[in-house]
Parts: sequence; structure tokens; C-alpha cells
Amino acid sequence: MSNVFIAFQDNEDARPIIDAILADNTEAEATYPTGLVKIIAPGKLVIKRESIEELIGRSFNLQQIHVNLVTLSGHIDEDDDQFSLSWTH
Amino acid sequence: MSVDLHTREIKPLRNTFAHTAHYVGNDKPASRYQEATLGTQPTANFHYRPTWDPEHEIFDASRSAIKLADWNALRDPRQYYYATWTMARARQQDAIEASYEFVDSRKLVSKMNDAVRAKVCQVLMPLRHVAWGGNMNNSSIGAYGYGTPFTAPAMFHAMDQLGAAQFITRLGLALDEPGVLQAGKNDWLNAACWQPLRHYVEDTLVLKDPIELFIAQNFALDGQLYPLMFGSFVDDHIVPQGGTAVAMLTAFMPEWHSESARWIDAVLKVAAAESTDNKQLIAGWVQAWADRAQTALAPLAELALGAEGAQALLEARAGLDLRGKKAGIAA
Repeated sequence: MSNVFIAFQDNEDARPIIDAILADNTEAEATYPTGLVKIIAPGKLVIKRESIEELIGRSFNLQQIHVNLVTLSGHIDEDDDQFSLSWTH
Repeated sequence: MSVDLHTREIKPLRNTFAHTAHYVGNDKPASRYQEATLGTQPTANFHYRPTWDPEHEIFDASRSAIKLADWNALRDPRQYYYATWTMARARQQDAIEASYEFVDSRKLVSKMNDAVRAKVCQVLMPLRHVAWGGNMNNSSIGAYGYGTPFTAPAMFHAMDQLGAAQFITRLGLALDEPGVLQAGKNDWLNAACWQPLRHYVEDTLVLKDPIELFIAQNFALDGQLYPLMFGSFVDDHIVPQGGTAVAMLTAFMPEWHSESARWIDAVLKVAAAESTDNKQLIAGWVQAWADRAQTALAPLAELALGAEGAQALLEARAGLDLRGKKAGIAA
């Protein structure tokens, strides 16, 4: 199975997003190239709005991830509640 | 000559301050909220005791009967520190400004009938003074409480109360002449139906125990007042009579109330869970102040909603009891 990945700037705003991804995707692994956090997962990776909101204690618009999003690979499927990457069509 | 550029990664030896790491560990960088809040309460070397209260140190946990091993446990689930709090409120202020513009440009106020407008002014204007009491009380909690995780959001909450009072003032000025503010003050001071609530607010102004004050103001009173006035009265009673403008211009209050309720419940939950003594104290305060607030609000529920007022107040109280139950305090 091919990997998908997503990378964020390594900063304060991205931290709850990264924590939420690592909590929701047990097979995902984070690496820390300079200035970035790159999360690699086999096959599928999902970002859930609810998990981020739980961590920051406030409402969160998933579009806010784009402020700190650097790069990604995989087909995107997104709505108001989740943002997922996979290779399935 | 060629220049080779290559990046070299430098790992920081320490991810956060030692006093923050004490609470969250040094494994990963701490959040700004954690760094700004945890372990920042001054605890030692206070020199003289204050002349105005020689029984206590200037910062003294024993001002409250509640005993906690570590007051840093009373954290805010919203994780507000100054920056996040101001950004959140600035966004809400922008939203309200947009509502004012909308209401002004379409002259929505003049489309309300006079009876509804007079009712709104009669019921909401004296609440400026209640919110001012809330400002004083939360300032007091901020000043005499212990532990930054508890006192910092209390100070934010104090300023939020002031904001709520200002929004009510501005609503009055949008609906009518400045005289409605004076009329509201007169009602607050003289009208019989407001006196039990005024008595309640003035009694809380002199409460010494920060946690008891926190319960009396933020949980028992606001926990019933806001659902009653901005839920049952504005949303369910005024809006169907053509008062949509009022709901738009007071949109901050219910939004802020449900947001801050998470903080208030979290504080009570953690404090009550620490020991049975704490739980009993908190449950006793909740019971006593919630009963008194309910009694004080009864004539106002009738003023606002007439015959339906009693039922609306019961619902507000039931909502508060449910919050208490979820927080693990038998209320």
C-alpha cells in the first residue's frame, strides 16, 4: 500500500492539528524535517474537526489548516467535518 | 567559486521552561497557554502581609475554604491566554458590528412595533447593572483567587461582563433615546420586581471566598439569567413578534454564555473531584445560591414573559441542575 503524507509548518497553530492527526491515525508517524512536521501514513490519513476542537477547546473551521499546510500527497476528500487523504478514488 | 547551501537541523535541548515542564513534561514543546499559565502564580517571598488583610499573604490559597493540592489543576478547557482570548473576542466584536450595520442599513429597529420595543428596553436595560456586578465579582475572583489558571480566565470573564454591559447599553441607544438607560437604572433602584435580584447582586459584591463568589455569580446567577433572558425572552418571545433585530444585536451574550459555561463547569468539576470536603462545600454553595437566584429571578421571568415566565425559569433551573450533575456536584 502506498503512503500518503501531509506536512505542516512546525509552529504553535499547527500543533493541535498534528496532535489530532496522530491521535486519530494510529499508523501515522511524524517526522520533523527542519521547520516542518511531516506525517506519513500507509494508505489513508484523516483529519477530524471534532478532535482538533477537543484539543483546543474552541470551535475550529477545517479550512484553517491551510494557513500552516505546506504540502501533501494523496487524493483529497474533504467536507466541513473531516479532511482525508487516500489513494482510493 | 560555488557556494554550497545546506540545512542543518538544531534540536533544542529544552522544549519549554522548567516550571512548565514540571506540569507537562519536556518531551514536546508546550503550548503558549501552558507556558503563560501553569506555575506562574507567585508563591513565596512576599515580604510584608497586606495591611488591609493581615490574616493572609498577598496571594493566599487559604482565602477560599476549598482545599486543592495544586491550584494549577483548575485549567481552562478553552485554553485562553491573552492572545487567544483577545482574538476570539475581536472576531465576535466584528460580527456584532456587522449586525449593527445590517440592522441600521435596513432600518430594522423602526420596523419593530412600539410595544415590543418598550418591552425589550424595560426587561434588558437594568441588566447592564447586573453585568457590572459580574464585572466587579470576577475582578474580585481574579484578585483574591489563587493560581493563574483560575484567576486569569476570571479576569477575562470580568472584561467580558463589561462587554456584555456595553452591548446592552448600545442596544438601548439603538432602540430608543438615551433616556431608556436612565429609566433602566431607575427600575433597577426602585421597581419592586428588580429588588430581589439587586439584593442578590449586592450581597455577592461582599462575598470573600473566591470560589463561593465564582459559584454565586458565574454558575448560579448567570447560569439561569442568560438562558432565561437571552434564550426564552429574546429568542423565543421577542423574535416571533418581529424583534429579530434584538436577537442580532445581543448575539454575543448567548454565544459567550455557552462558551464560558465550559470553563465554569470544568473548574467546579476538578475542584469537587479532589475531595469529599470540597464536593460538599461546592454542592452546598451551588444549592443555596442557585435557589436564591431562582427566587430573585421569579418576578423578572414574569415581567419578561408573563404567565409563561414561571415555566421558562423552571427550564433554566433544570438546565443549570443538569450542568451541575455533569460536573459531578450534587445540586
